[in-house]
Amino acid sequence: MSSHQSPIKEIEWIGSTVIARVSGDIDLNRSPQFQHGLLELLDRKPRRIVVNLAEVRYMDSSGIASLVKLLSRTRKAGLNLRLAALNDQPRKAFEITLLDTAFEIFSTEKEALA
Amino acid sequence: MMWSEQAPISLRIFSLPAQLPVVRAAVEKTCELLGFDDQTTGQVVLSVDEALTNIIKHAYKSACDRPIEIELSVLETEALPALRISLRDYGCWVDPSLIRSRDLHDIRPGGLGVHIMKNCMDSVDYRQADGGGTLLTMTKNLPVQAREA
Repeated sequence: MSSHQSPIKEIEWIGSTVIARVSGDIDLNRSPQFQHGLLELLDRKPRRIVVNLAEVRYMDSSGIASLVKLLSRTRKAGLNLRLAALNDQPRKAFEITLLDTAFEIFSTEKEALA
Repeated sequence: MMWSEQAPISLRIFSLPAQLPVVRAAVEKTCELLGFDDQTTGQVVLSVDEALTNIIKHAYKSACDRPIEIELSVLETEALPALRISLRDYGCWVDPSLIRSRDLHDIRPGGLGVHIMKNCMDSVDYRQADGGGTLLTMTKNLPVQAREA
């Protein structure tokens, strides 16, 4: 996968919820674009953001930090952020850093939209 | 044993984030061949990735043209044999007392890499390298079946 390709491969709106579907490894190489793409979602004034990580097989602390920054911004703005469909490695990384309890994490995108 | 201290696997990369997936793949394959389970392999791979990220961001201040040497070997000791991973950089020395995990209850970006390494590896040791820079050595004890092989 090209490092120049945005990790956010698809954005979909359902009502006032924006869904960002992410793909590929999120590491130091791609986290700047990942964070930029995530924070751009705020400009679109959603009520809720769902980040679908089903196609992310690997995420390091720089990727997690991008999501923490988005969480901080959404909290300040009174918005709701949900993560969906984490694979084993990203889920473990969240658990190791104890951030699995800071985020609302759902098994599937459908559950996150309920 | 395949990779004794006398026959390590050596990798040399530049401080380019785009080269990190290559190192991750090599570490993953090494762990697989040594008999680590998937979960432990994931911990080792993530720890090496976090160490390299810290070198690039802090020791080299995101410069892309500086060398990083990585060495994988099996450390045979009288106690537990272990996979030993050494990472050598030639950047700014960072006082180990300043390299510490932050309070994880303080939810903010950054500072997670050291916590991950200390949590996932059996030992993490920073020391000033001869000639400047830092030598980071991490170990992970081998699984029981590999010790008996």
